[in-house]
Amino acid sequence: MTAAAQIETVRQPVLEMRHISKTFGPIRALQDVSLTVHAGELHALMGENGAGKSTLMKVLSGAYRPDPGGDILIDGAPVATGDPIKARANGIAVIYQELSLAPNLTVAQNIFLGNEPRQFGIVDREQCNRRAKEIIARLGVSFSARATVSSLSLGERQMVEIARALSTSARIIVMDEPTTSLTSRETDRLFEVIATLKSQGIAIIYISHRMEEVYQLADRVSVLRDSGYVGTLECADLNASRLVSMMVGRDLSAFYKKDHRPPDSTRAIALSVQGMSDGNLLKDCSFDLHKGEVLALAGLVGSGRTELARLIFGADRHTSGTLELDGKPIAIGSPREALDAGIAYLTEDRKELGLFLDMSISDNISMGVLARDARAGGLRDFATAERRAAKAVSDLSIRTRSVQANAGSLSGGNQQKVLLARLLETEPRVLILDEPTRGVDVGAKSEIYRLIDDLAKKGIAILMISSELPEVIGVADRVLVMRDGTIAGEVTASAGQPLSQEAIMELATGAAKG
Amino acid sequence: MTDKATEMSAGDQAVGRSRRLRTAFAALGMLPVLILLAAGFQIMNPRFLTETNLLIVTQQSSINIVLAAGMTFVILTGGIDLSVGSILAASAMVAVMVSLVPEWGMLGVPAAILVGLGFGVINGLLVAYIKLPPFIVTLGSLTAVRGVARLLGQDTTVFNSDLPFDFIGNGSLFGIPWLVIIALSVVVLSWLVLKRTVLGTWIYAVGGNAEAARLTGIKVPLVLLFVYGVSGLLAGLGGAMSAARLYAANGLQLGQSYELDAIAAVILGGTSFVGGVGSIWGTLIGGLIIAVLSNGLILAGVSDIWQYIIKGLVIIVAVALDRYRLQAGART
Repeated sequence: MTAAAQIETVRQPVLEMRHISKTFGPIRALQDVSLTVHAGELHALMGENGAGKSTLMKVLSGAYRPDPGGDILIDGAPVATGDPIKARANGIAVIYQELSLAPNLTVAQNIFLGNEPRQFGIVDREQCNRRAKEIIARLGVSFSARATVSSLSLGERQMVEIARALSTSARIIVMDEPTTSLTSRETDRLFEVIATLKSQGIAIIYISHRMEEVYQLADRVSVLRDSGYVGTLECADLNASRLVSMMVGRDLSAFYKKDHRPPDSTRAIALSVQGMSDGNLLKDCSFDLHKGEVLALAGLVGSGRTELARLIFGADRHTSGTLELDGKPIAIGSPREALDAGIAYLTEDRKELGLFLDMSISDNISMGVLARDARAGGLRDFATAERRAAKAVSDLSIRTRSVQANAGSLSGGNQQKVLLARLLETEPRVLILDEPTRGVDVGAKSEIYRLIDDLAKKGIAILMISSELPEVIGVADRVLVMRDGTIAGEVTASAGQPLSQEAIMELATGAAKG
Repeated sequence: MTDKATEMSAGDQAVGRSRRLRTAFAALGMLPVLILLAAGFQIMNPRFLTETNLLIVTQQSSINIVLAAGMTFVILTGGIDLSVGSILAASAMVAVMVSLVPEWGMLGVPAAILVGLGFGVINGLLVAYIKLPPFIVTLGSLTAVRGVARLLGQDTTVFNSDLPFDFIGNGSLFGIPWLVIIALSVVVLSWLVLKRTVLGTWIYAVGGNAEAARLTGIKVPLVLLFVYGVSGLLAGLGGAMSAARLYAANGLQLGQSYELDAIAAVILGGTSFVGGVGSIWGTLIGGLIIAVLSNGLILAGVSDIWQYIIKGLVIIVAVALDRYRLQAGART
């Protein structure tokens, strides 16, 4: 019996989440998840993108109310759920990936924002600064309580967030990917603070994709997969292959039917990307995309997949790197130039970056080729637009009453098909699909997979970004994995063997090294 | 199978019909308000619905409708043009000054239009290529162009009692004032551009979702340059109309706060302030509502001070009702 397990039997856990489920309409985001956390423990929470970690933490912080039957117990006593203010009073604090500080205010003002010490109804500045100073001293960091937050580094700002949590006497602090944007020195600093917090009896729930961090910090690790609880490992039992298999271990259904074409180096190269950098996240990304191939770009959220796609498409500026299309070098400075060259890009965010929700389905589908279709004098050719729309509606089975209906009236899957139809009207030779099935129902998903397969068979080169491993395995011929803005490696199917989820996950998390 | 198909198409037809009705109703928008206002004023003063008075109303509204047409283009892209009143003043100054040149007096009209276009293009370049916020750019030109207008006449009023193009302001064709003919032509041309050309569709697309428009390959800066250019050009035309009506122009007073009436007409016409939704016919009705209100309140003998208060309230209430109606429509 390990030491940690012994403690468990002796001490009462500070936090118990029991049988937590959460549904949004027909979508089940959490299914019967239980989690136990002890005082002074760092409990890591792992899982793929979309496994349910963030939802579970939102239930804990009171942002979501769990479905009936789920309980949250603090010190063994059940507490109210679905109430952020009560959750904070119960000692729960969450430090989000996007920090939520007011940059124009001082450190002390931020720490006590909405919770200012008052005297006769007026904010007591002196007390505010004094107490902020005490908390900062407890963390052992060096900036002043009177410093303006905008003058602090990202790592220091995170410390302010932690200080804010301590000011409300938090006993359970949730950190969601806290090191994503930190330098390695700031990361070390954070780990020291975490050790201090633990020694003061504070429990930390630590969400991270990075294996090294979890090895270094965690007392226990719980894994979520597909909205459900998989298991918890003690620190002593941790090893990479076991964790990875817990995170991905699921069978592929017959859902993805695909004859895997083994990589064929004789096939012509459609697009060659060499040394792409954006001066920020992306560093020296190079790869070749063949005609008629579906190449998946896998990796964790924030690894730079969308950023790379946008560079290739000319939506953002690259600082170095070259592109070759069909063996000829091309310069692309804008989406218009990319489209003219035959490169089309499906955005991951169809509502914000893709569709014109107040315009008709017909206009949405023709939007990229209006100038090409126009009659003399720049007049619209409505008959051609109508014909294009009618053909797309039948080819992609878009379910709508009329092509004159607003795009905003369609369901997610049909909106996605409208967006795909718009790209196909530009007759692309290279198609970049960013999360092509995000927010799409199961039926439309399989239709989109079939469409991708058909397009590849016609010789279109397809680069598909996807966060769903089964989708990557089921649809792609070859997989590139990105990590921290670089291409970490390639996974190919060998004879008779499907693509390996474990191999992809190891490259994405960096477990292969550790 | 055949039965089902016919049933389906009959259902589809019914759905299509009700949808068409709803779009027609949405396009009507504020027309019922205009009719109610007119009926109300007629009851208060039977002189309201006479041919002479209606001609006065349409004539008074024509310059505002021309400005509001340009403003419709700008607001459809999610922008705003606060400088149209000042541009109108500067263009009117130029129109009168050029009209004084012997033999070449008729050139006053194209000169005014070109001056307006020039200022509009400057606004457009700053918004589209320097990427400054439209409100700030046109707030700046509101002030700067007003200064230019005063500078043009050394801060005095310029006159030409023998204006070669005075028929524009005071003549008629087949009994219809030229001002009204020009305003209606501008509305029809605007409709043609917005609803029948590729550029028009791009304008709606940019206003609906500028980033999506860029990713679709639309040259967003060119579209923005166009709409501010049109707004300036129409303000220049408004300047020529104004000069033709008055035989004079004054850089300090002419066109003061005209931009507010133009914006009010566009908003009353149901065009969304964030862009992407709206129509030029709505703007026409909005402009007429403002003119009917001014004229009707004068005929009803309401004092100048109360006219301001009532006009402001009517704008707020009308738009609030419109929002409420659209929300109710969306819910069903």
